[in-house]
Amino acid sequence: MARYLITRAWQSALTLLLSTVVVFFGVRALPGDPALALAGEDRSPEALEAIRHHYGLDQPLPLQFAQYVGRMAQGDFGESIRTGIPVSSMLTTALPVTAELAVLAILIAAALGVGAGVLAAVRRGHPAEWLANGLALIGLSVPHFWLGLLAILYLSVATGLFPASGFVPLLDDPVDNLHHLILPAVILGTGLAAIIMRQTRSAMLDSLSSDYVRTAKAKGLRPRAVITRHALRNSLIVVVTIVGLQLGGLISGAVVTEQIFGLPGFGKMTIDAVFQRDYPVIQAVVLLTATAYILINFLVDLLYSVIDPRIRVTGDPA
Amino acid sequence: MTTTGQLGDPPAPGAPALELRDLSVTFRTEGGIVSAVDRVSLDLAPGEIVGMVGESGCGKSVTAMSIAGLLPESARISGSIRLQGTELVGARDSVLRRVRGKEIAYIFQEPMSSLNPVLTVGRQITEVLQVHERMSRRAARARAVELLTLVGIPSPATRVDNYPHQLSGGMRQRVMIAMAVACGPKVLVADEPTTALDVTVQAGILQVLRDLRDRLGTSILIITHDLGVIADVADRVVVMYAGRVVERAQVTDLFAHPHHRYTAGLLSASPTPGVHAGTQRLQEIPGLVPVLSTQPDACTFADRCPAADARCRDAAPPLDAVAAATDHLAACWHPCPIPRTQPEEASA
Repeated sequence: MARYLITRAWQSALTLLLSTVVVFFGVRALPGDPALALAGEDRSPEALEAIRHHYGLDQPLPLQFAQYVGRMAQGDFGESIRTGIPVSSMLTTALPVTAELAVLAILIAAALGVGAGVLAAVRRGHPAEWLANGLALIGLSVPHFWLGLLAILYLSVATGLFPASGFVPLLDDPVDNLHHLILPAVILGTGLAAIIMRQTRSAMLDSLSSDYVRTAKAKGLRPRAVITRHALRNSLIVVVTIVGLQLGGLISGAVVTEQIFGLPGFGKMTIDAVFQRDYPVIQAVVLLTATAYILINFLVDLLYSVIDPRIRVTGDPA
Repeated sequence: MTTTGQLGDPPAPGAPALELRDLSVTFRTEGGIVSAVDRVSLDLAPGEIVGMVGESGCGKSVTAMSIAGLLPESARISGSIRLQGTELVGARDSVLRRVRGKEIAYIFQEPMSSLNPVLTVGRQITEVLQVHERMSRRAARARAVELLTLVGIPSPATRVDNYPHQLSGGMRQRVMIAMAVACGPKVLVADEPTTALDVTVQAGILQVLRDLRDRLGTSILIITHDLGVIADVADRVVVMYAGRVVERAQVTDLFAHPHHRYTAGLLSASPTPGVHAGTQRLQEIPGLVPVLSTQPDACTFADRCPAADARCRDAAPPLDAVAAATDHLAACWHPCPIPRTQPEEASA
């Protein structure tokens, strides 16, 4: 286990370093100049030069990179070029919004997906299966920005059931917070729910026809025990894998969803920063996303060994 | 509820633990109806071990699975299956659930895939005790350790917390047996219990089954294609071919004087020490077991039988006693005339 953790930490550090390099040089390779964006009306060469000098943008790229990495190692993400606000304080306000949105979306997707998947497998050939399959197809094929717009149109604007945009921090008012987040979370979770449903269904069909399920039936267990304790538990391995793989998609989905619902999260911050070539903010955002991705995948790997005792966590490349 | 009431009644003395009467099973498949079992009748006396033999596809496993209603939904069962007097054909799910694991238990061929990979063996044994005996978790666990001891698993107190993948094939099959006998079933159905195991391990498993019969008085229906296993443990044998019982006899009678041509073919396809000692080739039965959509009024073995004639193709031979006052039955128009030699060694 210790060896595994060490290997894993190494891999993670390397991945992070690589993503730092890619992002740092990637944003600078983009057309556009932050100095131009900041200078506004006064585009005299002197003013632009002054701005570049102020932010260290006139220095050679390798030097800028070294300074950037050095500052980051001390936990300093720099300041937004556009607003001058420290990036770290921008993150502390934006991160909880996105984290909550993502967690909610995963919970909703897992509940809906696993529930519908089990139902579709158990009631094979019944209307329940067709319904679940149909919904999954819709969830997979309809882009969720469009679903989001529809939801705003019908559930917010027309009926006023949910607020169309805005955010209330969890600690200020938990109920109002949920009221604001539930719709975006459902919309963000639809695609994932559909994928989970399909995987759960096929994994359940496999395990329901397995020998150990026959054994469980031969023991005289109730259908519920056969389905949950025996079939579902074995199917969850597949589901956890899928959730782990889909998280990248969920994070990019969050960017779009936050934009639609006007949530002051990570995604909105990213889009604004990209449009304004706000290098320090983009760098910090991408680095944090990469960190989150690595951490979550690590958790998924640990979950495997909890669900399936046959998977032992070792440092050996399997 | 009248049927379930009979479960608690002590069976009449001498009554069979399990009675199959004219059991037929058909399956709906994409290629149409397939008849898997045709009018099989069989009694299992208390404490008796009956072997069921035949090639793959002859209907032995389907017969076994049909007893506790473990066949897929595409199966249609007719006839009668009485377990301790309770009719199981057409019984409600709740009745079947009460019977499964409690009155009738199963051991399957592949102990690896038949045990749930993500539950400890202890958990898999305790759940059957909790369902049928209403035992507490703690009591069930203690009983599970006892059961593991009973089936000859070393250091059962540690093994109870193992997962199936941590055990050897033979140990897994012992766990399956422990699970099966947990609630003291009257009937144990063992479907190819030793097929996936090494020969040395096989002997141990068969010994465990014999012990259980001796100690608990369990009736055992053992299904196999291995005549050696039959000779080793069974009291009586049922030979199946294409869904029908073609011969039924005491083990010694069957090995000494097979009457049905198919049985004779099976016997000469297995090596017998002394007879096949490097001098004689094993005889194969040409052809395959037919897949039938309907059972014809003819001998289904006729196409592969060396002695078949027009009569075999015109009428199905009834399963009749081969001589007066004997329990040796065969369904053949042209039974084997010559008694096999060296019957004693055939069972070695």
